[in-house]
Amino acid sequence: MALTTAPGRTGRTGSARPHANRRRVGRDRHAEGLAGYVFLSPWLIGLMGVTAIPMLLSLWLSFTNYDILTPLSEVQWVGLANYERMFTADPSYWHAVRVTLTFALVAVPLKLAAALGVALLLNKAWRGVGLFRALFYLPSLLGGSVALAIVWVNMFNRDGAFNSFLALFGIEGLPWVSDPDWALQTLMVLAIWQFGAPMVIFLAGLKQVPTELYEAASVDGASRWSQFWHVTLPMLSPVIFFNLVLETINGFQGFTAAFVLSNGTGGPVDSTLMYTLKLYISGFTDLEMGYASAMAWVFLIAIGLITAIFFSTGRFWVHYSDGEK
Amino acid sequence: MVAVTSTARPRSSRKSGGRQAVRLLILIVIVAVVLYPLLWMLGTSVKSPEEIVNNVGLLPETFTPGNFTAGWGNFDLSFGTFFLNSAMVSLLTVVGNAVSCLLAAYAFARLRFRLRGIWFAVMIGTLLLPGHVLIVPQYILFRSLGLVGGEWPYLPLLIPQFLATEAFFVFLMVQFMRGIPRELDEAAKIDGASPYGIFRHVILPLSRPALVTTAIFSFIWTWNDFFRQLVFLSSLDDYTVPVALTLFIDSTSQSAVGPMFAMSVLSLLPVFLFFLAFQRMLVEGINTSGLKG
Repeated sequence: MALTTAPGRTGRTGSARPHANRRRVGRDRHAEGLAGYVFLSPWLIGLMGVTAIPMLLSLWLSFTNYDILTPLSEVQWVGLANYERMFTADPSYWHAVRVTLTFALVAVPLKLAAALGVALLLNKAWRGVGLFRALFYLPSLLGGSVALAIVWVNMFNRDGAFNSFLALFGIEGLPWVSDPDWALQTLMVLAIWQFGAPMVIFLAGLKQVPTELYEAASVDGASRWSQFWHVTLPMLSPVIFFNLVLETINGFQGFTAAFVLSNGTGGPVDSTLMYTLKLYISGFTDLEMGYASAMAWVFLIAIGLITAIFFSTGRFWVHYSDGEK
Repeated sequence: MVAVTSTARPRSSRKSGGRQAVRLLILIVIVAVVLYPLLWMLGTSVKSPEEIVNNVGLLPETFTPGNFTAGWGNFDLSFGTFFLNSAMVSLLTVVGNAVSCLLAAYAFARLRFRLRGIWFAVMIGTLLLPGHVLIVPQYILFRSLGLVGGEWPYLPLLIPQFLATEAFFVFLMVQFMRGIPRELDEAAKIDGASPYGIFRHVILPLSRPALVTTAIFSFIWTWNDFFRQLVFLSSLDDYTVPVALTLFIDSTSQSAVGPMFAMSVLSLLPVFLFFLAFQRMLVEGINTSGLKG
């Protein structure tokens, strides 16, 4: 897809007067360079004003005791105190780290497994694929909303729909959302429920697998199971990689459902204290913006590291056919 | 085209017919599980307070549309205000993203200028930058400019959107524009068109599909967005629908559940209508760009 970037030489074709044209080419280049920056200017202003400067500001703030109430000029430099407190003196910070890692490590693989499983079922179906695909995709559009989080909390209440379903089998359910051992799991189920978006990407990937490979495999007597392991999975590995990176990064940033379930506290007993919720509470409830900035930077570095780990391990298991990319 | 796989393999038709039936059955069960929460929400939104406690099934025994009127006027301001606020923020975000991302994408996809490669790499880098990291300093900056809770409190939500900070859309449009034949630019250039003319007369009209995809996704994401709106909106009359919905959570009384569900249903309605109207485009949109759902 990057091939098209090679630019054709400007204005050479169909020219009767090479000299006049060459001069024009030079002027065009200059005009084009200027136009480039004209078109790019909103993005550049955004990059500086909304992204780069705020990032530097937050780096500086992370070494201060800034709260929103004192003016910026009276802020005190506290060195590494925020980072020290975070790592050694704030147990709820570690709760947030644990909750977020647990959420991502459990929910993301299950979500991708569901997405791949359903994509495989749909890929072979002959009719109604479009309808199924659309219905499975619907939760991905709605699931991140406050409304759905409200529904979820009520569904997993003590007298919610889930427990009455369990009652059909004679099982007495728990008040899942207010039980510290189970509250996070209900959020995981909500995340897995939104498997439609990665599923659609898997489906597109499955369409790209050449049928000849399956034909060759079945001529060689490979079972369906071994076709899956030796043809489908390797051919799909770039798409799996893509979904894994994207969903992991999204998973780390889960906020809305945890906020709704705990009414913004991360409870019960910190069990749904996602990292972003902890950051929000520190910055906007406790107004410790210096502390929250330190948290944001650790978060950024952690996400950067995880992405780097994905990309460096990716070459051992991601298979690109014909040296593409 | 899907059928090719099944016919290409030598299998008895009866066996593969049985397989298809099992597959269909499994799919139907999964659809039922996936749709249950949505249908349950719909059902609960028209249940009476007694039924909400006693009947957790899908269907209400007595239809109670009163939840909608009760929810609409549950707070000091009607939900109409919140809906208008949400619509305004979402629509202006659509305009901002469409315009600013299109301009940036044209520069990246078609124009040669100094440092283009570096800027493009930076743009790709910001694709994975979590928005939560920037929220504290952005809040401080906008507040020091007097824009938080100011004359028009939506500026902190909208300014970034008019500055092409949604790198997803820039990337999507760059990818799309790379597919537009370069010969069209060249032809226009020979006819004496400037880069601005080429943008206006070649790229802009041909980029409509990418613009539509961007518009739909930015509407839905902004409509559902909660984090930024929660941070930047502080007074009730500025609240958008998601922020207003959280007010229901504070009131724990059982009688508020019906109205809360009714308003939840209403809040999802615009997204659902978009889904109905554009479902093919939405599904294909995430394919071409690999956007988050």
